Amino acid sequence: MYRYDEFDQQAVDERVAQFRGQVGRRLKGELTEDQFKPLRLMNGLYLQLHAYMLRVAIPYGTLSPRQMHMLAHIARKYDKGYGHFTTRQNIQYNWPRLVDTPDILADLATVEMHGIQTSGNCIRNVTSDPFAGVAAGEVEDPRPWCEIIRQWSTFHPEFSYLPRKFKIAVTGSEHDRAAIKLHDIGIRVVRNAEGETGFEFWVGGGMGRTPIIAKKIKDFVPKADLLDYATACLRVYNELGRRDNIYKARIKILVHEMGLEKYSALVDAEFARSRGTVKLPDAEIARIQAYFAPPAYEALPATSTGFEAHKFEDKGFRAFVRTNVHAHKVPGYAIVSVSLKAPGIAPGDASADQMDAVADIAERYSLDELRVTHEQNLVLPNVKLDDLYTVWQQLSAAGLASANIGLISDIICCPGLDYCDLANARSISIADELQQRFADLERQYAIGNLKIKMSGCINACGHHHVGHIGILGVDKHGKEFYQLQLGGSGAEDASIGQVTGTGFPPERIVGAVETVIGTYLSLRHGDAETFLDCYRRVGLAPFKAALYEAR
Amino acid sequence: MKLVKNASLIADGRKASVVENDWTLVDDDAELPEGKAVVVSLARFRAERDKLVGRNAPLGLRLKSNEAPASVADDLDRIALVALEFPIFRDGRGYSHAVQLRQRFGFDGEVRAVGDVLWDQIPHMIRCGIDSFEVGDDFPLAAFDEAATVFTRHYQPDTTGRPTINELRHG
Repeated sequence: MYRYDEFDQQAVDERVAQFRGQVGRRLKGELTEDQFKPLRLMNGLYLQLHAYMLRVAIPYGTLSPRQMHMLAHIARKYDKGYGHFTTRQNIQYNWPRLVDTPDILADLATVEMHGIQTSGNCIRNVTSDPFAGVAAGEVEDPRPWCEIIRQWSTFHPEFSYLPRKFKIAVTGSEHDRAAIKLHDIGIRVVRNAEGETGFEFWVGGGMGRTPIIAKKIKDFVPKADLLDYATACLRVYNELGRRDNIYKARIKILVHEMGLEKYSALVDAEFARSRGTVKLPDAEIARIQAYFAPPAYEALPATSTGFEAHKFEDKGFRAFVRTNVHAHKVPGYAIVSVSLKAPGIAPGDASADQMDAVADIAERYSLDELRVTHEQNLVLPNVKLDDLYTVWQQLSAAGLASANIGLISDIICCPGLDYCDLANARSISIADELQQRFADLERQYAIGNLKIKMSGCINACGHHHVGHIGILGVDKHGKEFYQLQLGGSGAEDASIGQVTGTGFPPERIVGAVETVIGTYLSLRHGDAETFLDCYRRVGLAPFKAALYEAR
Repeated sequence: MKLVKNASLIADGRKASVVENDWTLVDDDAELPEGKAVVVSLARFRAERDKLVGRNAPLGLRLKSNEAPASVADDLDRIALVALEFPIFRDGRGYSHAVQLRQRFGFDGEVRAVGDVLWDQIPHMIRCGIDSFEVGDDFPLAAFDEAATVFTRHYQPDTTGRPTINELRHG
């Protein structure tokens, strides 16, 4: 993991002091709420329905046990004892007091964390593959590049008042677990014929009310040009992106309206002029990469007899392994997903005690590292097969062993109308009802890999456009309604789901999902055909018929 | 309104101070005051370019946030001041325009921020090459003092020429 040097620490400490001054000016009335708003937003502080909400950055979803313990401490000391992990690999606290927020940020700074640029029309916290560095078949660990981008984008003087927020994701794998095609800029680490590392650039993806899949703008940007090319992309956007309508201000609209060719030509011209300005010395790349060198793995056999025996003997453990344990690139190790989708708990929520528990487990059994996923789960990236059973037992004791990763109950869901100022409808209660309806694990297995993603409003924080089944809460004449979308994907085969038709009232949406599932089960070509594959083969029509003709 | 100059990002450097505004902003349909330094809109500059550059007095140009400096690139050596409008602080085009003036066109005249200039935007503005600020009469000069001390170092290269963190790291 990256560790701050004196310069990084100073920048974060100075930011805390700056924010303390801003909060002081606000509390004294020297700043109006309107003037304070952009300042607090740049530090992740929102004003929600009932209270302030503080969003803390977890850069590229990687954190240490020490950092996780601090997140637990903050939940306990300044909030109501829990936090919410988000689809942007961040954590949100729902009940901080304004007057406490400088102290919270000061506490975070002691473990090299912050809320910088987790909101506002700036370059947001950079996200990545939660399996970065441990997945087999990766070109390269993308996180050093994420850290390079994090530093370059921090307090960027030119790009702090962009037309709209700007999200960058980086992956080092062919299999895309970072949804790079749904970001303003998506970057894939690639290697050219000469064996040199470079970057495939995708631009203009995003969800919100106008979902668009990113377009590939460059096959290969050499590593020395990474920041100059990104600067050129941003500069053209900053000048020409629309500012007349907040819903048309993202780069996706600019690229869409202007056309990729024209946008790309402008970027190339700017890049040609300014190339060499943002220097990225090899020594700096090497310095940062050294922090992400693989940890000291033991030489282990590829199988573990103890692990196999426990799997044979214990049905619960077997179920956990089936869904929550993934192949690691190093023999004898596994990647463990920790589901934050237990029944009755809002998806992504974890209590302070759970955060402490998972931090302790990571310290003992996962080589001191944790990850947060955009699917609102946690990951223990480095668990020995020999330790899996113990880890499962300890996760179980903490209420963190839900064996449902990738299944229908592993729902992505925004906070919705229970917390959020923007929401039109509740989402947590619908997620809860869906989990109850599909609680039976055998039934979940029968349905197979299925991603339900739900947003309580059109802003799509719950990624409903790219759910295999997407649910969007809308407000219809003062009543909550839920639209269904089918066939979305945020992975390398990215696609935007199609709306089935008229929405459903809260008491009928779960039944509608059940109808969709029933239709899929009756249409699929054998158990191996996933929902998404089946949908892509048969199209919307049979689902539409099942949903609406019986009405 | 008052005009602030000499802002610096260096602690214990020179102090920002309020100075006399020697420039007259001339409306598009107003007469040009004889022998005086004037600031005109891009529209007027385009309409009366030859007359304006032929005057025997300094010429300034006021650009709206949607008017890129590139549109007057060939005339920048005849212009002594570019005033960049920030119609609302959220409109950040002026930052890119300031950077372009300094880096791409090597403009070494005065770049002035006018409009919705706020306390916390000042450090960014200075880093992008803005060196004078038209602000309200009650605008606190403390904002400029803080700009000089709030961040000691920075990651990105900027127009101030101070070494970046990477340059400090690797010499």
